[in-house]
This record gives sequence, C-alpha cells and structure tokens, in this order.
Amino acid sequence: MATKVVMEALSPTMEEGRLVKWLKNEGDQIKNGETLAEVETDKAIMELVARGEGVLRKRLLNENDAAPVGQLIAVIAPPDENIDALVSSAGSAAAAPAAPAAPAAPAAASAGATQEKVASGAPPAPPPARPAAPPAPSAAPSGNGGGRMRSSPLARRMASENGLDLQGVQGSGPGGRIIKRDIEAAVASGSAKQQPTAGRFVPAGEDYRDAPLTQIRKTIARRLSESIGPIPTFYLTAEFDMERVAEMRAAMAAMGDEFKVSFNDIVLKAVATALAQHPEVNAHWLGDKIRYFNRVHLGMAVAIEDGLITPVIFDADQKRMSEISRESRELAKRARERKLKPEEYTGSTFSVSNLGMFGIDQFTAIINPPEVGILAVGALEEKPVVVDGALAHRKRMRVTMSCDHRVVDGALGARFLQTLRRLIENPLMLVY
Amino acid sequence: MSVITYRDALNQALREEMHRDDRVFIMGEEVAVYQGAYKVSKGLLQEFGEMRVVDTPITELGFAGVGVGAAMVGLRPIIEFMTWNFALLAIDQVVNSAAKMLYMSGGQYNMPMVFRGPNGAALQLSAQHSQAWESWLAHIPGLKVVAPGTPYDAKGLLKSAIRDDNPVIVLEGEMLYNTKGEVPENEEVIVPLGKAELKREGEHASIITHGKMVLAALQAADQLGKQGINVDVVDLRTIRPMDVDAITTSVRKTNRAVVLEEGWEICGVGAQVVDYIQRDCFDDLDAPVVRVHQADVPMPYAKNLERAAKPDAAKAIAAVKKVMYLE
Repeated sequence: MATKVVMEALSPTMEEGRLVKWLKNEGDQIKNGETLAEVETDKAIMELVARGEGVLRKRLLNENDAAPVGQLIAVIAPPDENIDALVSSAGSAAAAPAAPAAPAAPAAASAGATQEKVASGAPPAPPPARPAAPPAPSAAPSGNGGGRMRSSPLARRMASENGLDLQGVQGSGPGGRIIKRDIEAAVASGSAKQQPTAGRFVPAGEDYRDAPLTQIRKTIARRLSESIGPIPTFYLTAEFDMERVAEMRAAMAAMGDEFKVSFNDIVLKAVATALAQHPEVNAHWLGDKIRYFNRVHLGMAVAIEDGLITPVIFDADQKRMSEISRESRELAKRARERKLKPEEYTGSTFSVSNLGMFGIDQFTAIINPPEVGILAVGALEEKPVVVDGALAHRKRMRVTMSCDHRVVDGALGARFLQTLRRLIENPLMLVY
Repeated sequence: MSVITYRDALNQALREEMHRDDRVFIMGEEVAVYQGAYKVSKGLLQEFGEMRVVDTPITELGFAGVGVGAAMVGLRPIIEFMTWNFALLAIDQVVNSAAKMLYMSGGQYNMPMVFRGPNGAALQLSAQHSQAWESWLAHIPGLKVVAPGTPYDAKGLLKSAIRDDNPVIVLEGEMLYNTKGEVPENEEVIVPLGKAELKREGEHASIITHGKMVLAALQAADQLGKQGINVDVVDLRTIRPMDVDAITTSVRKTNRAVVLEEGWEICGVGAQVVDYIQRDCFDDLDAPVVRVHQADVPMPYAKNLERAAKPDAAKAIAAVKKVMYLE
C-alpha cells in the first residue's frame, strides 16, 4: 500500500513550506522515520521524515519550490504498485492548491494526521518534560501511613492558591493530616514556598496554577487596554552596579576556559532566580484568567539574519550557570543557522532581550504575548558615580522591564527589579 | 417587645390566624374544654366557639382524615397531635392522603392544613414517647416540615404554616413550651418557610441544627465563646424545604461543621445536611463533618441513661473541638 508524503505543519504557525533539499532520490529504499527532505518553515529549517516504508517512487515538488501544508509532495510505495492515480491527483491538486485532492488530511491539520498509514504521527512535541525528580524524599512525615500524604480538601485548595507545595508542609492533624493551620503557618513563614529553588530537586505537582480574574484585575485590564492598546505596557528602568559581576567573571575566567561565562549568562541566571522568587511576574495573560507558572522557562531574544527568534531555556532557575551558558550559546548558534525545533522556541514564561553588545545604553523591548514581561538589557559601561559621598568610576548596566499592566502592577515590577538588583549586585547570591 | 413563652407564642399565632381567616379551625384531643394538653389552645374555645375548636375522641387516624377532608372542601384545619408519638397512628392520612392529594388529584385539591404537636423527648417518658420524627416526615415529598426552636420562630412559622396551601408539619417540644423569648407585640410576626437563621455568628466552626437543639447549640456557643472559640449557629428552622445556601455559606466561612439533631443517627436529618456539605463545600472542609445525635437505642427510662443517650451542649462542644483538631 502506498504512503502519501505531504507537506507537514512543522511549526505551530506554518502554512506553507519551501523544500530546501531532497535527501532521497526516486528509487531509494525508504524506512519509516528516515529523513526525506529539509523543509524551510516560517521559523526554521526542519526535517521531513517518512511515515511509511517502501520505495520513494515519485517526488512531486522541486527543490526551492513551496507547497501549502497538506499538499502531496511525494509517494512511497512498493516497487510494483500502480501509483498513477495518486500521482495524477497530485497534479490536479498542485494546480489548484486551495482544494487538496485525494482523501488527504485537511490542511493545517497537525502532522500526525497527514500520513494516513501511520498510527503515531509526530506533531510538534510539547516542551520537554521536566527533569525526572529523584525518588520521593525520605523526609515524608512519619505519621503518614503507607506513604500517602493526608491533607484536608481545604488545605489542598489553600496550598494551590498560595503556590505552596504540600510536600514541604508538616501536618499536625490526626495521622499527619495537613490542615488549614499548617498551611497558614507555612505561608506565614514562607518556608515551603522557597523549597523549589533550593537545588535541582523538582517536586512533583502542577507546572502552573490558573488564577481566575478578580474584579479589580478585570477593571485594570479593561481600563488600561483602552488607554494604550491591546497590551497596556509600562516600563521600569534601573541601573545596576556591575563591579562585582565583573570581578566574579574575571575570577572565573582566570580559572580556565571552561569557567568562562558571559555577562549575559549571569544576567539570565539572575533573572531566572528572581522569577522563581516572584512567580507573579512569571505568568501568561490568557484573556479570562492569568496563568502563573511554577516553572521558569526563560526566552532569550536572538537576532538572526532576517529577523528575530526567542529560543527557550527550560527550567532556567534550576540550571547551573555553566548549563545556562552552554545552552544559551548553543541555542543562539542554532537560531542563527535556523536549525531550531519548534519546541525549542515555544513555551517561554518570560523573556530577556539584550542589545548591550550593540552599544545600546537602554531600550524598551516589546512583550512577547501571552507573556507579561520582558527585560531589556543595555550595555555595560564605565561611568562616574557617587559612592559613599565620593566620585568613583564604576561599571554600570541599565535594564528596562516592560510590564503588562493587566497582570503586573508597578510595585510588583519594582519588587522584581529590586530582587534582580540584589542578585546582580551580589552575584554570590546566585550560588546560594 | 415583650418576653413570652413558646406556648403563648403558639397560642397567639393560632388566635391571630383564626381571627384573620374564618376558615381556620383547630381539632384534636383535649384542645377545647381542657384548653389543650399543653395549654397551647388556651382560651380559644371561649373566643371562637365549639365549631372552630373541636375536641375529638382518641382516634388519631380518624381526626387526621377528617382534617384532610375538611381541607379538600376549602377549610384550613389545624390538627393537633397530643404528641407526635401518637401521630404514628395517623401516619397513613399524613403521608398517603395529605401529602399526595394535590399530586394525585392532578392539582384539583390543595391541602391547606397543619399537623402540629410536641416532638422528641421530654423527661423520663421512656422509649415509646421520646422520639424525634422529623427525618421520617421530611422524607416525604408533598410535606413541608418546620421545627421552631424559639418563641419568635414558633409564632412566625406557625402563622406561615397556617397560611400555606400545602400540608405543613409543625414540630414543637414539650421542653420548649415554657422557654421564653422576645416576640414583638404590635407587629405581625411571620417567619417564611424554607429560611434558616444564623442565630450566632462566629468564624471557627458551624453548628447546624434545628428545633429543641437550637438551645443546646446556643449554650455550647456561649461556653465555647469563653474559651475564645466562636461558632456560627445555623438554625435550619425549616427542615423541608431546607435552606442549603445558609448551610454552605456558613461552612465556606468556617471550614468546619458540626450537625446537631435530637433524633437518631441513621438516615437522620443530619445525614442530609452532611450530604449538602460534601456536595457543595468539599474543597472548603478542613475536617470531616461531625454529627451529634441521640444514641442508637430506644430512649432509656432511667434518668442517668436517658441523659447519656441524649445529645446536649457538652456533646456539641466536644464535637466542635474535634473538628477544630483541639483534642
């Protein structure tokens, strides 16, 4: 039986693809999953793989030509099967691309449906699963028989509303049941909330929590949108002292090449750490609700030849500086080569844009919706400043945060920048 | 505002409604010449005459049935049972005639009548005469059931019951008749059917109750208040139709509930209250709901055993502490 090869939707927004290069010739034996061609989407160059086995009998699209998603571009079939009907139907379809012939899948359908013979297609994969957590900690409350954690329904609701992880809460009810007063105590002390940032251990639980819009949030959203367009943005600028960051970076570089990190790596690490402490900023505006993420997926804007793309460092707050450094370098390189996979540039919860290398002192970045904030990082500059009453020259850097006022109010954005300043001006906090 | 007894409050309600509507009459054992076994109908025979205040033989099924017939032809009878324990003999007229008539006649016959009398235990009346019947009666579609706990509610609910076009069960209490409370003198007192009342306001737990147990709940609330524990006391007042909003509003606020009733546990009114709570307030609960009720035995005659079997303020206090994880 023949397998139709169609132009697949290889990015979430792709409507047509340009065939860059065929990697198989007519007559080649094809295995399921083998790469047939390179296709340029609206965002990157992607691999188009075979969804069936047989001989590549016919290529129906020339290199450098484009085809709409869903259009038949090749046929894989056994050597003796008659594919004339298929091929001729493709011809008419190509002539009238608006009406795809054959019982092919509808255009714009996810790739999984486009090659009929295959049960498991490959739609754009979701963001990678969070790193596997180590087995449950031995610190589970001893009174909890059978390892099951007991909690009252109210306690669970309150924990979810406060972004609290029940694992970090000691239950005081019968059998170790976690009850209201335990949650109140945990919220008051703030102890359980900080747990997720303390190392690589990622507790099981929701990746985010949805908060229904309160009346005041609805009113703020409506009024401010009326004033300033669909995203009522405001900007907060702060100038950070970079002396200590510079010292740290120099000291690390002195230890050898493998310890070299860029200023931008340190900023990314600091932003990720600050976001983990301010989940109110690490959010998406979804129109009827606000989604607060419990994981920090940091988008980093990368300039490419004909535009800009924002690859994502997933779980950035959980990663060491060296990992962030390596990953950001690798993502930027592949972005410029247009080799990013869709799952590598979707799913960010907050973004950073750095034009410091172009000598820009400060600028305002445009929020990447549905995110609610983006940090614009300016150049590091040596400046005269007053320190302890005397004029001194110090390395300084300006950042500007664009905030979606529907979610982030001024004081909230300011507190986030306060935390960021504390981290950047005291970079040892980043290894705390 | 004057302070009167529960007994007098009922008497005022009867008198006022009999003046208001000459179709209203009262019938039962000893209601006329003897002025009522508990003197609830005191003075009515003299005021309204023997056509409207009617003594009956000891024939509960018979006079309940006469009441049903009278209601069918347009009168508004009030049937007094000397106690609800005796009403068991009339239960066929209550359940099969009064409760069903509107339905089975295809809407042709309203049933504007009241069945009333003392319910539940008094003191040392033993197993057959100490029973709380509200869960039996509230089980029946077609009946409305009220259980006033204060003179004000007794007057207001009885008046609403008399004016209602459906059969309404009014559950009074022998131990309540002498209790006193404020009832305004010069204004009409009407308590709508189906409306609970928050008798005490607190934030730590909710006691949901009705009838005689309202007094126990208020005592418990007073004593708990001295220990810094403030409870809501939700008096259901009407058991059917039940004011679910009042229950869930309170439980959503306090996150902890105690359901207090005079009757037995199994299939009791409290079981229904707990069902509403688990259905509507699941995510609001910080502790399992605790019920307080009569021990699952026929009421003992011996004073000490009777006390042990009955729900009271001390048991309600223990239950509140349990839902607050204080013991």
